[in-house]
Amino acid sequence: MVGVLQYAKRRVDALRGNYETQRIHEDDLGTHFQLLLLVVVVVFPIAVALAVSTKQSGVVTSVVDLFPGGNAVENYREVLVDYQFGRFMWNSLAMSVVIVVGKLIISVFAAMAIVYYRVPYKDLVFLFILFTLLLPVPVRFIPLFQLMNDLGWSNTILAITVPYLASATTVFILRQHFLSIPTSIVETAKLDGVGPLKFMLFVLLPMSKGVLVGVSIIMFVYAWNQYLWPLIIIDSEANQVAQVGLQLLQGDVQGGQLSWSLVMAGSTLTLLPPLLLMIVFRKPLLETFSIQQK
Amino acid sequence: MTTVTLHNLRKEFDDVVAVNGIDLEIIDGEFLVIVGPSGCGKSTTLRLLAGLEDATDGEIVMDGRDVTAVEPKDRNVAMVFQNYALYPHMTGRRNITFGMKSSGDFTDEEIDRRVEEAAETLDIADLLDRKPQAMSGGERQRIALGRAIVRDPDAFLMDEPLSNLDAKLRIQMRAELAQLHTSLGTTTVYVTHDQTEAMTLGERVVVMNDGQIMQVDEPQTLYDFPANRFVAEFIGDPAMNMLPVDIENGTAVHEAFTIPLPNADGGVRNGTKKGDDASIHDGQRAVLGVRPEDLYLASERPDAGDETLDATVNVTEPLGDSLLLHCSIGETPCKIQAKARSEIHPDDTVSIAYDPARLHLFDPESGNAFYHSESYASSESAAAAADHGWQSR
Repeated sequence: MVGVLQYAKRRVDALRGNYETQRIHEDDLGTHFQLLLLVVVVVFPIAVALAVSTKQSGVVTSVVDLFPGGNAVENYREVLVDYQFGRFMWNSLAMSVVIVVGKLIISVFAAMAIVYYRVPYKDLVFLFILFTLLLPVPVRFIPLFQLMNDLGWSNTILAITVPYLASATTVFILRQHFLSIPTSIVETAKLDGVGPLKFMLFVLLPMSKGVLVGVSIIMFVYAWNQYLWPLIIIDSEANQVAQVGLQLLQGDVQGGQLSWSLVMAGSTLTLLPPLLLMIVFRKPLLETFSIQQK
Repeated sequence: MTTVTLHNLRKEFDDVVAVNGIDLEIIDGEFLVIVGPSGCGKSTTLRLLAGLEDATDGEIVMDGRDVTAVEPKDRNVAMVFQNYALYPHMTGRRNITFGMKSSGDFTDEEIDRRVEEAAETLDIADLLDRKPQAMSGGERQRIALGRAIVRDPDAFLMDEPLSNLDAKLRIQMRAELAQLHTSLGTTTVYVTHDQTEAMTLGERVVVMNDGQIMQVDEPQTLYDFPANRFVAEFIGDPAMNMLPVDIENGTAVHEAFTIPLPNADGGVRNGTKKGDDASIHDGQRAVLGVRPEDLYLASERPDAGDETLDATVNVTEPLGDSLLLHCSIGETPCKIQAKARSEIHPDDTVSIAYDPARLHLFDPESGNAFYHSESYASSESAAAAADHGWQSR
C-alpha cells in the first residue's frame, strides 16, 4: 500500500509539472498490480450498473447476467424521452451551478474580510463560522421547511439552493489559501492605492484560480448529489432533481415489475456530469487537496 | 525630493516595544541605510514610514506635512520588498503599471512613456512581457525596482531588497542601486541586516538596537569612531576585540600588558568635550576596543615598535586574503588578522604589534565610548603616536 501512495504522490507531482512522468520501473509492477486491484474494487459497482443498464429486465441472478445486453439504446431512450429524465438533470444542473456560484461569492467575501480586514473579534467570528459545520442542512430540516413555506419558496429553485449558500468549509479553505499569499503583495497594493474590489478582482482571484476551481468541483459534486432535501421541499415533478428522479424510474413497483435496467441507465446518466468535471479539472482538484494536507 | 523627520516615534505590538522613541532627520535626496540585528526595529521603522503600521506615539513629518495618520497610498512613497512582491499572474509590464493604473493619476501615454524610461534605466526592456515565474531573482528585483521608480515617488523605502539574491548578484545589484540613486537623486531609506551593504550603500548609516538608535553617521565615521560598544562590535567583520583594562597615568593596564594611550586628553568625540567627566581619569575601569585588522604580527611590522605582546594562538582560520587568528591575551579572547600564508599553528605563541591610532575605550557599564586615540578632527596624532608599542608585563 505504501507503494501505491508513493506512486500517487509521484503522479500528482508529474501532473503539476514538477518533474517529468517517469517510465515504469520493474519494481513498479507490484504497485501497478495493487492499483489494478483497487480500481476493480472501486469500479465494480459502477461496471455492474453500466452492464445492467443495457439489459432488458435487469435482474441479475448469475455471473452470466453481468455481460452487457443489447437493449442499451432502447433503455436510455426510454429514460430520457419517456420519463423526461433530461428535465431532472437540467434541474440538478441549475441547482448545482447556483449553489457553487453563490457559495464562491459569499465565501470569497467572507474569507477576504476575515484575512485582510481589521474586524473586532475576528477570530471569534471565524470560530462561529466553523461552528456552523456542526449544524448541516439535514439537522435543520424541520425549521427550514417551515421557513421555506413561510417565504413561499417551496417548490422553487430558491428552496433547494439558498440553504446551501453559506459554506464554512469553503470559507476555511479560502482563508487558508489567502493566508498563504505573501503579505508584501497585499502591502504593495495598499501602497499603490489599489482599492479592495480591484484587489480582489485583479490580484486575489487570479492568484486563487486553482483553489477556486478545486473547491468548485467539490461543491458541485456535493450539490449534485443532494437527495433528501429536494425530496422533502419539491413536490412537483417538473421541478424535481435527478437524484430524486431516479426513484420515478422504478416503474410499477407494486406490480412487482421493478425495472432495474432503467434505474441503472438513469444512475449512469447522473454519474456523467461530475465525472466529466473531475476529468477536466483533475489538476486543480489535486492541488486543492494537497494544500489542505500541508 | 523630500525631507523626512521622525519625532519620538514609538511602536508597540501588545507588550513588545519594537521602536522605542526614535528621533531622526532624513535629508532631502540622501541614501540613508538603517542597519541592525534581527528584531532591532529597523523594518518596523520603515513600515511606519510607509504607513503600513500605525505609530503608537510620536510623529512622522514629510516636507513639513504631518503624515503620521495618513493612508499609505497618500504618502507617495514606493516600497521594495525582500521577496519582490510581484504579482505572479501578471507580466513584468503589467506588474509595473498595475498600481499606476489603479490610482488613476496618470494617462495611458504618460504610463507608457514612464515604463519605457524605467525599462531603459534598469535595462529590463526584454523582461516586460515575461511573467515573474520566468525571471531570475535579480530580474524580478529589477522589475520591482521598475515598479517603484515609474511612480516617481517622494521617497523609496527598501526592505532588505538584496537579501534573496546570491552573493555575486548581490554585489552587482548593490552597485546598480548606488548608481540608480545617483541618477535619480530620490530620498532613499534602505533597511538591511548586512553591515557590508550598509557601509557600501549608505551616505549615512543608522545603527539600531532594541528599538533605539545607537548612532547615525557616515559609514567611515561609524567604523572609526563608534559611539558605543554595540556599534563597535556590530560594524566591522570580524568584530572588534574587547579587552577589560584599568586606566593608570594615561596608560591602559590589562592583566597581560600595559599600553600607553596616545593623545590621552584630546581623543574624545561623540557627545563629550575635552576635559568632560567622561574623559580619561586614573583608576577608572574601561573596556579597550581594538579591531582585529589593527593588530599585526610583530614580524610583519618591524617598524611598529620594539616591544610586543605575547598571545597564544587557539585556532587559525585562513580567509584567503588574510589569516584570522583566534588567540588569548592573558585570559581574554582576541582575534588578529594576520597576513595570508603566515606560518602559524595552534598553540604557537606570537608577538603582536598594534596601530596606536586605532584604540577605543568604552565605559564598562553604559558601553558608551569615551576615548578614541585618533582625534576626529585630525589624524596626525596617529602618526605621532606610531612608535608606541605593546609593553609586555
